[in-house]
Amino acid sequence: MSLDNILNHWSDYRKGAEEGGHHDYEHRWAMAINLDLCIGCNACSTACYAENNLAVVGKQKFEKGQAMHWMRIERYWDQQELEHPEQGASFLPMMCQQCGAATCEPVCPVAATYHTPDGLNAQVYNRCIGSRYCSNNCPFRVRYFNFYSYYESSWPQPLEQQLNPDLSVRDKGVMEKCTFCVQRIRTVKDKAYMEDRKVEDGEVTPACAQACPTSAIVFGDTMDENSRVAKLWKKHQVERGVYQKTRHAKKNADLRGYRIFEELNVDPSVMYLERVREDV
Amino acid sequence: MTMVTEKDINEQIAWAKINTDVLKSMENPRPAYWVTLAVCLAMISTAVIAEYIQYTTGMGPANLNNPHMWDMYIATFVFWIGMSHSGTLLSAILHLIHADWRKPIYRFAEAMTTFSLMTAGLFPIIHLGRVWNMYWVLPYVSDRGHWPNFRSPLVWDAFAISTYLSASMLFLFVGMIPDLAICRDNTTGWRKKLYTVLSLGWVGSDQQWRNFRKIYLLMACFLIPLAVSVHSIVSADFAMSIMPGWHITTFPPYFVAGALYSGCAAIITLFILLRYFFRFEEYMTLPIMEKTCKLTFAIAMVWTYLNLVEFASVWYGHDIYNKELLIAKATGPYAWVFWTMIFCGSVLPFALAFRSLRRHMPTMFIVSLGLNLGMFFERWMIVAPTLSMAHEPHQWDVMWGSIVEWAIVFGSFGWFGMLFLIFVKVFPSVSMYEVKEMVFHRRRSQGEEDVARMTDHAKPATQEGT
Repeated sequence: MSLDNILNHWSDYRKGAEEGGHHDYEHRWAMAINLDLCIGCNACSTACYAENNLAVVGKQKFEKGQAMHWMRIERYWDQQELEHPEQGASFLPMMCQQCGAATCEPVCPVAATYHTPDGLNAQVYNRCIGSRYCSNNCPFRVRYFNFYSYYESSWPQPLEQQLNPDLSVRDKGVMEKCTFCVQRIRTVKDKAYMEDRKVEDGEVTPACAQACPTSAIVFGDTMDENSRVAKLWKKHQVERGVYQKTRHAKKNADLRGYRIFEELNVDPSVMYLERVREDV
Repeated sequence: MTMVTEKDINEQIAWAKINTDVLKSMENPRPAYWVTLAVCLAMISTAVIAEYIQYTTGMGPANLNNPHMWDMYIATFVFWIGMSHSGTLLSAILHLIHADWRKPIYRFAEAMTTFSLMTAGLFPIIHLGRVWNMYWVLPYVSDRGHWPNFRSPLVWDAFAISTYLSASMLFLFVGMIPDLAICRDNTTGWRKKLYTVLSLGWVGSDQQWRNFRKIYLLMACFLIPLAVSVHSIVSADFAMSIMPGWHITTFPPYFVAGALYSGCAAIITLFILLRYFFRFEEYMTLPIMEKTCKLTFAIAMVWTYLNLVEFASVWYGHDIYNKELLIAKATGPYAWVFWTMIFCGSVLPFALAFRSLRRHMPTMFIVSLGLNLGMFFERWMIVAPTLSMAHEPHQWDVMWGSIVEWAIVFGSFGWFGMLFLIFVKVFPSVSMYEVKEMVFHRRRSQGEEDVARMTDHAKPATQEGT
């Protein structure tokens, strides 16, 4: 009974994501992206399109800002880059940061976006009514909305044959975003469960990390202390749920790890490693 | 030099004249009425076509994009919700503080409240990506155990607006019962049938008046906190978020002040229109106009003050996102909207400070429209620039909406106009019994002793009992 459920678990229900929601975490999937290795080739973005059935909207809609790239490479020409143009622009692969205290979650009127025991911000397509509040409240602007029904225009026959059967094709009026390739996580978790063992490090690789030619993206579980990503986080002294001072305040120049919009205290799951410049 | 206090209303008006004057306004409409109604219907049909396009193809034709997930729909929604607050101000707050000059003008203000809420309620529905699932926002008991997310301000909106809409509709209806009885006694045909049902057997007995007074007072008390909370909750749509320019502590009072402001300006507009078209000069008098203008001026200054508070706290707060946004609003692509808003909202109301201007109807008509234009732009300036220039610089963008979006926005004005036009021909837009009450009090305060003369009962051939 739903009413009983709500009355009996009221204290759990009131807990926000920052307190761990109404469950203990099984995993905390996280990333470490080394910007020094990123060459801005967009392979991650392309792989994401193929893996997650992302609609190709075409030039016109792209220019309108209606593109569906869950993973995008942001290109910046800041002061530093302008001073050293020979080193090129700086690139920033940007996707859903799977925040621990996500701002998108509390504002959804129908709870279509929620926190999973894996520490992911799940988006339930079937539940979404398209109020788009989650996107408005996302400081990273990584939520993409189906402004049109793209099925016929994006995959004309026989292209629908190449769609990934592991996940759905979203219709118009639904919000979507990077899931850290949740379908791959599920498959591996199910396999590990059947074999009665824990998920090993490196067993799950999202499409972007798999496609990256320079292996700039490291993916793993920060709850597993021996995982590569957990070690990287530890090495660069970036901790979950702890407000990190700005990287400039760090005494050691070797500590390149930072999370974007740390000051907003949303606890992102993606750590970036600053680019190293020769002259700086 | 002695000040001559003008009378709000001429206490020599005969009660029968009040009845005939008001009932005359409900008689067969003139051609101008039909033309206006046709214009409204044309606007509505354009909006319906636009909504059909949007419903069948998705939100794309509205030109919404990644940073601009919300735009004019939400701004217009806030505008109409704001408009609905002045009716409550006039009918409930001024009722409680015994400001009896409200009596001749509160009825149409109250109707405006209800109709603007009915307009506002459409927008959250129109802007949904999957309209057909809108009922998921309501907490109905489903066998799957799904509930809405009670932490979301959008769910609070749904509760607040539906409560306010039903309460203000009821308030409008209850306040109209004695007048509906007058209509019943003076009409024939379908109108007679309608008013017989609606007047709920009102005969004007002492018992009925006693009950009526009690319930009216009770509802007025109930409606005031509701009105304040509704716009505070609408402001929570923005204030509860993390975005620069939205996450502002002063938003609830700022929104309520802005709501009363635009509502009062709309009252001035409709006041002038009704006064002119229905020849209501004896009821909607210049002194009442002046009082409304003074009230509007006071609210305009509160609004200006809260604006300055917001700007100052952003400026001295040194939050980089907020500060950049404020500078971008004043100097960026939206600058012309921003400065029009400042001019119409804070400079133009000074016209209300001059007695000669307050008494000049054409000027006031234009000024009141200007004030509401400013308030419409205010809502636009709350919604759009924040999305254009939020935290993530890669996604900065400017968007002006598409023809589909603007068609629906303009259509809402047609929808409101249509409802109001129908109202003024079906229901009395001036409260007859309260004007009589006002006249009665004036006569008594002048030392009139004879109750029969105070109530016009000595005069023959009047509608009695109401």
